[in-house]
Parts: sequence; C-alpha cells; structure tokens
Amino acid sequence: MTDATMKADDLPEIAPPRSQWRDVWAQFRNHKGAMIGLAVLVVIVLFVFIGPLIWRIGPEQMPTDALTLIRSKNLGPSWGHPLGTDQLARDELARLMAGGKISIAVGLTAMTLSISLGTLVGVLSGYFKRLDGILMRLTDLFLALPLLPLLLVMVMLFRDTIAHVLGLEAGTFILIVSAIGVTSWMQCARVVRGEVLALKEREFVLAAKSIGTPPRRMILRHILPNVLSPVMVAATLGIANAIITESALSFLGLGFPPDFPTWGRLLYDGVDLMQDNPGLVIWPGVAISLTVLSVNYIGDGLRDALDPRIRGR
Amino acid sequence: MFDTPKPSAKTLVSVRGLKMYFPIHTGILRRHTGDVKAVDDVSFDILEGETLGLVGESGCGKSTCGRALIRLYDITDGSIMIDGVDVGQMEQDALRPLRPKMQMVFQDPQASLNPRLTVAEIIGEPLVEHTQLTKPERLKRIYELMDAVGLNRRFANRYPHEFSGGQRQRIGIARALALNPRFIVCDEPIAALDVSIQAQVVNLLEELQDRMGLTYLFISHDLSMVRHIADRVAVMYLGKMVELAPRDALYDAPLHPYTEALLSAVPEPDPSLESSRQRIILKGDVPSPANPPKGCNFCTRCPKVMPICREVEPAFRELHPGRFVACHLYDETQQTPTAGRTGGVEAQSTPVQQGENG
Repeated sequence: MTDATMKADDLPEIAPPRSQWRDVWAQFRNHKGAMIGLAVLVVIVLFVFIGPLIWRIGPEQMPTDALTLIRSKNLGPSWGHPLGTDQLARDELARLMAGGKISIAVGLTAMTLSISLGTLVGVLSGYFKRLDGILMRLTDLFLALPLLPLLLVMVMLFRDTIAHVLGLEAGTFILIVSAIGVTSWMQCARVVRGEVLALKEREFVLAAKSIGTPPRRMILRHILPNVLSPVMVAATLGIANAIITESALSFLGLGFPPDFPTWGRLLYDGVDLMQDNPGLVIWPGVAISLTVLSVNYIGDGLRDALDPRIRGR
Repeated sequence: MFDTPKPSAKTLVSVRGLKMYFPIHTGILRRHTGDVKAVDDVSFDILEGETLGLVGESGCGKSTCGRALIRLYDITDGSIMIDGVDVGQMEQDALRPLRPKMQMVFQDPQASLNPRLTVAEIIGEPLVEHTQLTKPERLKRIYELMDAVGLNRRFANRYPHEFSGGQRQRIGIARALALNPRFIVCDEPIAALDVSIQAQVVNLLEELQDRMGLTYLFISHDLSMVRHIADRVAVMYLGKMVELAPRDALYDAPLHPYTEALLSAVPEPDPSLESSRQRIILKGDVPSPANPPKGCNFCTRCPKVMPICREVEPAFRELHPGRFVACHLYDETQQTPTAGRTGGVEAQSTPVQQGENG
C-alpha cells in the first residue's frame, strides 16, 4: 500500500468530513423516479393547500334555488366547473381540493404513527431477548383482531367524547389517525424484528459491544440506520393503506362526517353514479393513485440515497 | 517483535477455569436439556507484551474463548483477570470503564464495519464513547490512527464498501487501537484475506506491538502464520486446551498427539522435503461439543489412545517449565513413549488443512 508511506505533511490541508446529507441529496437528485415523484407530490400538495385560495368556490357551495340545482347536477367539465359537478351540484374541483387536505394529512400522520410504533416494537423485541416473547405475542394478538369491526367500535365509543373536547374536525382527525395507526403497525414490527435479529449477530454490532456502547446508542447508531430500507418500504405502503382505510371508514359513516369531503368519500359517493358521471370516480381515484405512487417513488429514492453502498454509483 | 518471551514480564491476562456453555433447549417446554460446551475449563496466562497464538480446528472453541475473554459473552464459570482486575463475573455496566484496555480485531473485515458509517465515524466511535474530546481533537486522533495503520487520511470520508479487504482490516485495527488498549484479541484477523495481504496485516500487527507494547491473543488456524507471529502457542481441541508451550518447543517437539497431527498437516514449502513429509491423518470426526466423550476429549481419534484415556480425563498440567499438556502419555505412572510420529496412518497425499474458517 503506497499511501502508507505518505507523510501527513505532504498532503494538502484535508477538508473536515463533509456532511452526509449533501451526498444523500446529490444521490436523490440522480434518481429520476424519485425526482418526478417529488415534483408530483409537491404539485398535489400545492393544489390541495394553495388551490382553495385561488379557486374560490367552496366545497359545500350549492345553488340556492331548486331549479338551478337540478339543472347543474352531474355536469360535465365546463369553464365554470372544470371537473364538473356532483350529484348535489357542488363543484368537483373544490371538493377534490378540500378532500385532499384531509386525506393527505391523515395518510402522512397515520403512516408516521404506525411506522414509529412498528419500528419501536420491532427494535425492542429484536434487540432485547426478554421482551421478544411478550411483544411478539402482542403483535400476533393485533394481527388476529378483525380490524374493521375493531375500528368501528373504537370510532363509535370515542368519537363523541373526543369531538366534545377538541371539536368535530380535529377530534375525528385524531381519532381516525390513531385508529389507523394503532391497527397497522404489525407488519412493520415483524419485518423490523427480523432485520434486527439478523443485524444483532453481525460482527460490527459485536465490535460496538466490545467498545462498551450502551444499548440505546447501539440501536440508534448501528441498528436503526441498517433497518431503514424495510421501514421505508413499509412507510410508503402505509400511506396508501391509511388513505384507503380512511375512505372505508368514511364510507361506513364512521369516518369524517358527510360534510367533510375526503378523497375516499368522494370516491365512494361517486360509485353509484359511475355510469352517468364517471368524473366523480376518476378524479379522486387519480388523486389517490398519484399520491401513493409519488410517495412510493420518493421512498424508493430515499432508500437508495441513504444507503452508502448504492450512493455514488 | 518479542521473539522470546521475556521471563521477567508480568502476567497481563490470567484465565482460570473458563467455561462457556451455550444451553440447549428442547421439547415443547423448551427445557434446558444440555449444553454446548464451547469452552470447557480452560486456564492459561498471557504475559505482558507477548503474543499468544491460539490454534485448533474449526469449531473447537477458539473464537468463543477469545470473545469470552473480553466479555462479549456472559461466561458460565471461571475467572478472567485482566491487569489485576477480575472481569469474569462483572456486570456489563461495571465493565464499561475497563473496555478501553481490551479490544478485539475481528475475522471478517467486511462484516465488522458498519456499512452506513464513514471510516472516520467507525474509528471515532470508541473515542465518542470513552473520551471527552472535542470534535477537532477527535478528528486529529482519527487521523493519527489512520497514519498508524497506513491508511491515507483522505479516505476518512469514505464508506467501508469502497475499500479492499486489507484496507478494511486496517480500519478495524485502527478502531481497536483508538483507546490505547493493552490487550487485543485478534480473532482470525487474516483468515478472510488474500495471502499477500495477510503478510501486510500481520507485519502491521507486529509493528504496532513493537511501538505500543501491545499484548495479543492471536487466534488462527494458520499454523505457519502463528509460528511467525506468536511467542507461545496454545492448542485447543473440542473446547479444551490440550497443549500450551513456547513456540519453538511446540513446533519442534509437540507433546500432545493432537498437536502432532495438526503440525503434520502444515505444508512444507521445499518440494523435496514436502515429498517426504509424513502426514498423520486422524480418523473419524470431531465429537459433538454438546456430548463430548468420557475421559479425554481426543480419545475417539487419538492414534496413541490407551485404556485410561477412555476413563479418566487428563489434567492440564505443567510438564516442563512453560510447557503445559493435557495427556495421559505423560503421567508419572505411565512410561513416556519415544518421541516421534509413530501412530496414525502415514500418507503423502496433498495436504489437507486441518482447520477451516471457524
């Protein structure tokens, strides 16, 4: 090794270790799919959050007199209503914006909750042998529960109480997010536990142990970064799952109240009128698919960018 | 390099009756039905500044012994005195301040480095854990260590997968050196490396030993390499130490039949000598460490087996000063046989390595 003979003085001043995040970003930018996904997600978020400020028709706005209402039901695209109107003559574009706000918020928050729970349980049961039995039986228990009835019961029991304290919208939001989060962490926990069990036997963990690294830092420094890939995959799938579960709940009348449009509710409302007015189904469907797809690609790119072995290739 | 052990050197590591059993649980109730006796009642000393070679075939408990020594396992029984402190039964928390004294170099340089950390982070980890250095001070120390093991400072920002096997092992050595340890367990540090790189790494280890006065436990199945680096050599078979002797004495006149057989497997570089080399080929397989034979562990395969070997376990005792052996051949009551390779099947086949990666 010739560099062994190099003296430190011969070398030019070496820059201190640079931040990894710049490398991560550079790699992420190279991932075409991820960049397109990011662009699409940004467009969707802008559409949902900035859109209502430009498009001033409200999602619940209906013509007041009966005749106009009947005439402007289920309209096709026009300048006045670019995406047409629904069966109650409400503007589909405005409803899509308003629904997206809730759906995206629910998807992201519920996903974060379920991933955090799943990773926590998975890491604890994989790393600490004593907790393994208890936590995995708990996971089995949750997996064995019929989720939809459980969700229904949870919503039935707690909706009014929480709505009283926090208001209808915030209360329902928290309830639905926690209900979805609490019932969807199991797969993530299992996958993470398996990875941790394998990682724990790797020599670099032994090496850290021989240095005397305490378990907390061992997990944060050596275990968690290495289980990132499966967690990332679980997270991207989780968003889609959360959006769809929310729409199922709304459909059953136990999600958000009917006057709060969400993408899932728009979709279900449109199902009956699919043949007369396909736009009512297509637009929310496209919005959900695009969001899920773009998040998937972003997750894919992030996973690659965070792995030094792939980075730089 | 200390080619001869200095008699004046004090004992740095002293192991007495070390036992490392891994429990076997069977049945529906997962009852404890037995143990894999990976290390069974091993005692030895390592003097300050020396290299003790630990050899044996794969699965004989070499690595377990090394790992138990720096307490990567909670040992079943025995005492381990390192620099006057008994770390054998200590709790992991209490052990932590003592960790800097004893370090380990691992076998697989690929697996022993976290793929998500840069070289600087890997080498700096012990410093973060055990010192109060500021960031620039730490970086300075990392650069010093990289110089010490012959790594270009510019590699500090790179990741382990960008290095060759030899360079990775250097990173592992730099990490082990970070806290100025006195005792390093080298767990087959060269087994995963190419032959030309093996020499580099071994020479680096020797050079560092000279410079820093390190003490090594050098675990290997490569008998020639052990002969090169070790001052004394210990031979393990099925969880027990069968022989411990100064290097030259052991290689010139092995006492235990197992050592004899092991040494006869070392290939000879000189072709004319190689053709006359007489291999002792042991018959049969190593018994399971979960169910070792009665009496001497080696009695099932020993070419010089006697009736007593199947009944009584031989004691590991000092036959001559500095030469320990566990064999009934050297009992006072027994007649000492003439030295020589009398037993075993003699063959001239291509040499078979006695041990593989363990």
